[in-house]
Amino acid sequence: MDDTVILRVENIVKTIGGQRILDDVSLSVKKGRLKVLIGPSGAGKSTLLSCINFLSPPDSGTISLDGRPVNGKSRKELLALRQQVGMIFQDFNLFDHLTAMENVRVALIKVKGLDKRAATNRAMEELARVGLADKPSLYPAQLSGGQKQRVSVARALAMDPKVLLLDEPTSALDPELIGEVLTVIRDLADEGMTMVMATHQISFSASLADEFLFMEKGRIVERGTPAVLLARDSGSRTQSFCAKLNELAGDAAVCEIAS
Amino acid sequence: MEGFISAAQAAWDALPYILGGLWWTAGLILGAMAVGLVFGVPLAVAHVYGGAFSRRFVAGYVWLFRGVPILVQLYLFYFGIMAYLSEIPALAFLPLSSGFFSAVVVLGLTSAAYQSQIFRGAIRSLPAGQLRAARALGMSDATAIRAVILPQALRLSIPAWSNEYSILLKDSALAFTIGVLEVMSRTRSVAATTHQPLPLSLLAGALFFFLTWAGIKVLKRLEAKVRIPGYAHQGTL
Amino acid sequence: MDGFLDFAANRIIPALDAGLWTSILLIVPAALLGVAIGVAAGTARVYGPRPLARAIDGYVALFRGTPLVVQLYFWYFALPNLPLGDCRIVLSPMWASIIGFGLCSGAYQSEYIRGGLLSIKRGQLRAAQALGLTPVQTVASVVLPQAFRRALPGCGNEIIYLIKYSSLASVITVNDLTGMGRSLAKSTFRNTEVFIVVGLYYLALVTAATLVLRYAERRLEIPGFEGKKE
Repeated sequence: MDDTVILRVENIVKTIGGQRILDDVSLSVKKGRLKVLIGPSGAGKSTLLSCINFLSPPDSGTISLDGRPVNGKSRKELLALRQQVGMIFQDFNLFDHLTAMENVRVALIKVKGLDKRAATNRAMEELARVGLADKPSLYPAQLSGGQKQRVSVARALAMDPKVLLLDEPTSALDPELIGEVLTVIRDLADEGMTMVMATHQISFSASLADEFLFMEKGRIVERGTPAVLLARDSGSRTQSFCAKLNELAGDAAVCEIAS
Repeated sequence: MEGFISAAQAAWDALPYILGGLWWTAGLILGAMAVGLVFGVPLAVAHVYGGAFSRRFVAGYVWLFRGVPILVQLYLFYFGIMAYLSEIPALAFLPLSSGFFSAVVVLGLTSAAYQSQIFRGAIRSLPAGQLRAARALGMSDATAIRAVILPQALRLSIPAWSNEYSILLKDSALAFTIGVLEVMSRTRSVAATTHQPLPLSLLAGALFFFLTWAGIKVLKRLEAKVRIPGYAHQGTL
Repeated sequence: MDGFLDFAANRIIPALDAGLWTSILLIVPAALLGVAIGVAAGTARVYGPRPLARAIDGYVALFRGTPLVVQLYFWYFALPNLPLGDCRIVLSPMWASIIGFGLCSGAYQSEYIRGGLLSIKRGQLRAAQALGLTPVQTVASVVLPQAFRRALPGCGNEIIYLIKYSSLASVITVNDLTGMGRSLAKSTFRNTEVFIVVGLYYLALVTAATLVLRYAERRLEIPGFEGKKE
């Protein structure tokens, strides 16, 4: 892991329908690190991720990839940005009319311009990487939620992104299916993929994240390493939020990292 | 400008006569919807609850009446079949030489084919538990269908009925070919005598357009009136 | 019965075959025109600027809210009387029919196309954007394949309706299947037999078209696709 900053997000402001969803948010991510966005619904986590790849252009502020600021008005630069930044959605958003393998390879052919054979080979590799090598010809309707999310990870990885944005990747999954997706994410972290993830899976990300960013009402109100924020008696907002989540889920797990 | 005035004049003068045709148009639509209902419900029930023969019969009926154009049916009935039937003295009480009668029969039997499919869809969209509960209470199938299934299915079908209404309204205009003096027929005859087809066809178009809109509003009111509070209907009709 | 079959073979069928050809010459261009108009109108209603979408909504409401026979009458009888100074637009019965059928069918087709386009979940468009697909690529690779499959049953059924309603051309003097039948019935006074055969011709056309449609639907089937309605 070197220390180069891959992604820099500076002073992002975003207003939707008169409401300030993001109020001067900044963060930076070094190569190979995982930043985790935590917070209640409506805090702005999803919007922030959408601003980073300009799916939802910020009103003001700068996004820089590899040191170069992105010009939000240039169609060319946006398309180039999106080729290098992958996104995983809460609702998977697989293309319903394409098989798993076709979902993974469609952007390789249309965006990266690979020929069909090379694209198919790469697609099969990525499917194998997420554990779905035996299911290339199934359609989204035939896959479970966990499998769909893994296909969407494969689809994003096939583009060789520099950064991966994950928007609550397990929130739409039944509990017994969450594990298979978390395994894939853990493998990615171990392999050194740079990621920004919004999630409620606080205990899981504690061991992988290099920083937690707690957001509330469009601002980052608390940031720090998991070790610090989740230490016993740290009194941090993150820890009390985690405890509340566990309580609501009837989960008896404890939000603590033994020091 | 002169031309415009005389055109407007012709349309205005013809208005009472053409509006008179509305009685016939309304009669055709109501008659056809009624015949369609009277035949469509038993057809639907036979299709859903009957045996293999019933199902085949209904399928054949639907295929026949949905496959032959209304215009051809009108000619066949009025010029052909009715002419034969009028030679049977036993049937003399029927208004066999009336274009209106033929038109209602044709439009009604065709509508029955479409209505039966609407009701069939509505019946099938009801949860299976409805009939099971009725049987558990000791109701015969006939009673269960009459008291439990049909009241719900008919309510669910009202949105599809407004579609059927607008189709019948438009098809009623074809009755002029067999001499019924409804709106289209009158429009044509006045246009021919006054040589003003333009304003008169626009008038007829506007009239039908208004009737479509007004009728759908009425049916929406009907739907609201008979709605069961809190009833969430499954399926899309 | 023998008399009927002889009559049918010797008089009815040859006459109706000529009418059948005319009907086909009507139906095919009208269907194509209807689909073309439907795709343009449907797309404009979903993706176009609001004023345009509203205007097209108006066109659709007008052509769906008035009887086709009134529309045909207008194109054939009324159009020549339109005060355009020195010129008069006179359409032949065939052209009046094709244009009339095309415009009317187009209005109905636009409804089905619109439904197909609206059924694409927005999330898929976002995913396409996130992957770096251009809008054109998104429409071609994500929207159209799905919208087409969703719209196919409706559009196909509309063409089947067109086959039946093409019989109205006989009302504005076209010698199509129904028109030929009418002339034949008038001259031979054998209405029942003639129109039974005419009915059978249409039944055959409609049944054949329905089979083709079902076949196309099955070939394009994607598991679980039809269930999605959002």
